Amino acid sequence: MGMPITIEVADPQVAESDIASIFDYFASVDRMFSPYKKESEISRLNAGELTKKQLSADVRQILQLADDTKKESNGYFNIAHKGKIDPLGIVKGWAIYNAATLLKEHGFHNFFIDAGGDIQVSGKSEKGDRWKIGIRNPFNREEIVKAVLLENKGIATSGLYIRGNHIYNPHKPDESITGIASMTVIGPTVYDADRFATAAFAMGERGIHFIEKLPGYDGYMIDEKGIATMTSKFERFVIKE
Amino acid sequence: MKKVILSGLVIIGFGAYAIFHHNSETIVFSSKNNTSSSQNSATGSNSAYKDGTYTGSAADAFYGTIQVKAVIQNGKIADVQFLQYPNDQPESQQVSQQAMPILKQEAITAQKAQVDTVSGATQTSQAFKESLAAALAQAR
Repeated sequence: MGMPITIEVADPQVAESDIASIFDYFASVDRMFSPYKKESEISRLNAGELTKKQLSADVRQILQLADDTKKESNGYFNIAHKGKIDPLGIVKGWAIYNAATLLKEHGFHNFFIDAGGDIQVSGKSEKGDRWKIGIRNPFNREEIVKAVLLENKGIATSGLYIRGNHIYNPHKPDESITGIASMTVIGPTVYDADRFATAAFAMGERGIHFIEKLPGYDGYMIDEKGIATMTSKFERFVIKE
Repeated sequence: MKKVILSGLVIIGFGAYAIFHHNSETIVFSSKNNTSSSQNSATGSNSAYKDGTYTGSAADAFYGTIQVKAVIQNGKIADVQFLQYPNDQPESQQVSQQAMPILKQEAITAQKAQVDTVSGATQTSQAFKESLAAALAQAR
């Protein structure tokens, strides 16, 4: 998927070979879903070389999950655009969540997996603390504007992509998303945080209210002027400076 | 005979009164036969419109869209229909029933906290990749 992946395991018994199998899993996801690889199932589906029935179980599952998310977000989560399918806004979180399950099956319970800024945390860090996650300044990649302490949660941030708006408002597909620079969502898993961050970003300034009304989710939205709006319980995670 | 005519007049009168004062919040309907004293509270003036049916653009009412169709007869608004309404979507129905909560806001500031990792949007640049590929193709 062309994005950096960081895995940190705090459990003392971890070996490099354990982590290697997780990277192998991400590579297999990339082979199935990458729109940049002509041989991926998604590319072949978009090129008309494969029908939906010919897809592997994983890809079919993603299409079903995307459809469910579309309904849960009143259509604002939509992986179809101009006749092509681009499931990145749900595959990332789903893959990280599956990778976390794999790590747990290997017997590791204290770790985080970060793929492209979407993160699943489990257990505690080496010092026995909750994992500390920063929220990037959408206007300056070198800075963080918030630091949160998370335990057994997922966090995902949706924002504007340089190559043009990757996320679109399905109610106004030709209009670019304006008004917000990033939407960060904290949820029970990174899979949920990812898909709802994607949907909420597409809603523009209303997105934070969508997250506010979703039980079990918190959000931090930054608009184009650098003003952040947070859900009512978000501050319980924040590390105060 | 007289009684029938009298009650008929009263009914017609009442009907015209009812239409004239019908409360549709912003628009007051004008009766077809009464062109002299109809009001147009939407624009606050009595300027004439061209007869016909006009559909307004869909306006964002936060949790749904509102679109109205106005029917002009004899230069005045004769009917207004709602084509879409916020209650069309179940999500917006919830919102109409409760006031939007006021959520806390702040200006973002750089934090010095040391963190384990950072959540941010990936900034892949397809344009950059394409441009680079084109440049490299020339370099061959």
